[in-house]
Amino acid sequence: MAQISKTDVEHVAQLARLNLTKIEEEKFTQELGEILNYIDELNELDLTKIKSVSQISGLENIVREDKITNENNREKLLTNAPSQEKGYIKVKQVFE
Amino acid sequence: MTYKTTIGLEIHVQLKTKSKMFCGCDNNAEGVQPNTLVCPVCLGLPGVLPVANKQAIGWTLKTGLALNSKIAEHSKFDRKHYFYPDLPKGYQISQYDLPFLIGGQVEIEVAGDKKIIELTRIHLEEDAGKLVHAGTDSLVDLNRAGTPLMEIVTEPCIDSPLSAKIFLQELRSIMRYLGVSSADMEKGHLRADANISVSADEKLGVPVEIKNMNSFKMVEKALLYEEKRQREVLDAGDKIAKETRGWDDAKGITYSQRSKEFAQDYRYFPEPDLPPFEPTKMFDLAKLKAEIPELPAEKRKRYQSEMGLSLQDAEVIAIDQEMANYFEKTAEIVSPKLAANWIINELKIDGLVKIKPEDLAELLKLIDSNEISGKIAKDVLPQMLETGKSATDIIAEKGLKQIGSEEEIAKIVDKIISENSEIVSSIKAGKTSAIGFLVGQVMKETKGQANPAMVNKIINEKI
Repeated sequence: MAQISKTDVEHVAQLARLNLTKIEEEKFTQELGEILNYIDELNELDLTKIKSVSQISGLENIVREDKITNENNREKLLTNAPSQEKGYIKVKQVFE
Repeated sequence: MTYKTTIGLEIHVQLKTKSKMFCGCDNNAEGVQPNTLVCPVCLGLPGVLPVANKQAIGWTLKTGLALNSKIAEHSKFDRKHYFYPDLPKGYQISQYDLPFLIGGQVEIEVAGDKKIIELTRIHLEEDAGKLVHAGTDSLVDLNRAGTPLMEIVTEPCIDSPLSAKIFLQELRSIMRYLGVSSADMEKGHLRADANISVSADEKLGVPVEIKNMNSFKMVEKALLYEEKRQREVLDAGDKIAKETRGWDDAKGITYSQRSKEFAQDYRYFPEPDLPPFEPTKMFDLAKLKAEIPELPAEKRKRYQSEMGLSLQDAEVIAIDQEMANYFEKTAEIVSPKLAANWIINELKIDGLVKIKPEDLAELLKLIDSNEISGKIAKDVLPQMLETGKSATDIIAEKGLKQIGSEEEIAKIVDKIISENSEIVSSIKAGKTSAIGFLVGQVMKETKGQANPAMVNKIINEKI
């Protein structure tokens, strides 16, 4: 039985930069626990003879040639930035 | 107490592909206006699809072949999650459990001792952007975001700060020989983080990670400082804290950045937008291997065993591919030792670029055949640089030819002997060191155009 503790939920929320209320923490602890239990059913299958895959598209070795195909499009691309200055994206000061 | 030092390095090498790792943006961000080499893919806008750069993968495999790594049969990219403003997607495309290359070795020589540096793995990932700190804000430039980076990880097997520095220099040299990176540390093409531990027994001590080392000298200095600091902590009976420390070059110290009690939780998972790879099927590995030139370690050996150079000269020449090529061409015409001596001590970078190897060889041949003295050759070389004329032309124009015949020199020697009878008698009385004075007088008289060895011989015969 997969279990998830409230501490786990707090940890995951912190990693995802989410501020959860006390009520949300309770709620997600229960809901995520239920999801994990559901997924856990897969463990009942015998997979010893099955190769693990990370994708099921069947594609492999997809590459492109080393060519420059993009041009400067700064003005348009930076319209999404919350704030800019002299062509830079401006953010709150970051300390190392 | 005697302590054992153990160092492991993690090196990031920027590949000099034309375009970025997963998009068609120009990869050369040097001196370019901020955010002009970006596109929806490297900005991480929703709905875009990264496609891997074939050249970057090919060069990574080539590097692996050169460093004796095992090429993975199956490989894939993964997402590594963390938040930082220079990382537009909130994750970096990297490789977790299936890197392109496993293991590997680099042979180095430290003060004449051969050492093998074992590699753990080499993987491919994308670089992050750059932050410029301005007052209360930080400014983000994403031109470098998405640049292909090769991460080379060594085993904790390096025994001293000096070995670490030499290993990095060797690695830089190999990257340049392979033509996959400019590998300029000052420009950040090659970046190194180190783990260093000190212990009183054979067990590994507590590793401390060091960052912010931007030159080979800084790597050695920072590691030496840290080695000493850790020894002093242990001497005092204290414990080493597992932490990350930064190198402050101005103060010459490392300082604690953050404690590493909690392992970073990067939540890796397979990158769903990039299908997996089977490198051995993608590339003709035999062909890639055939493209690898003779590397510095092999050159060092050959220069010593076949061409008679000293280890020191072999090292200086082999580490730089341009110098090595130049040397090999010159050594086809004149003796390797003479060529090495002139290339290392006289030619300098300017000469390497402006004087052709066959033109230097022409000058050296004149020394070899006693037509000019080494001293005159040293005067001719800068004139070759300045005028672009050949050694033979300069010597003919300025009448610098060595006074070659024994007869000519003998006449001058007679003159000098008659002018310095006191010294001659002191030599006869046993003060043989005074012969040097007479040789000097003859050289002066001939304006340096006589062969000093011949002058010496003739004086000895006459007295």
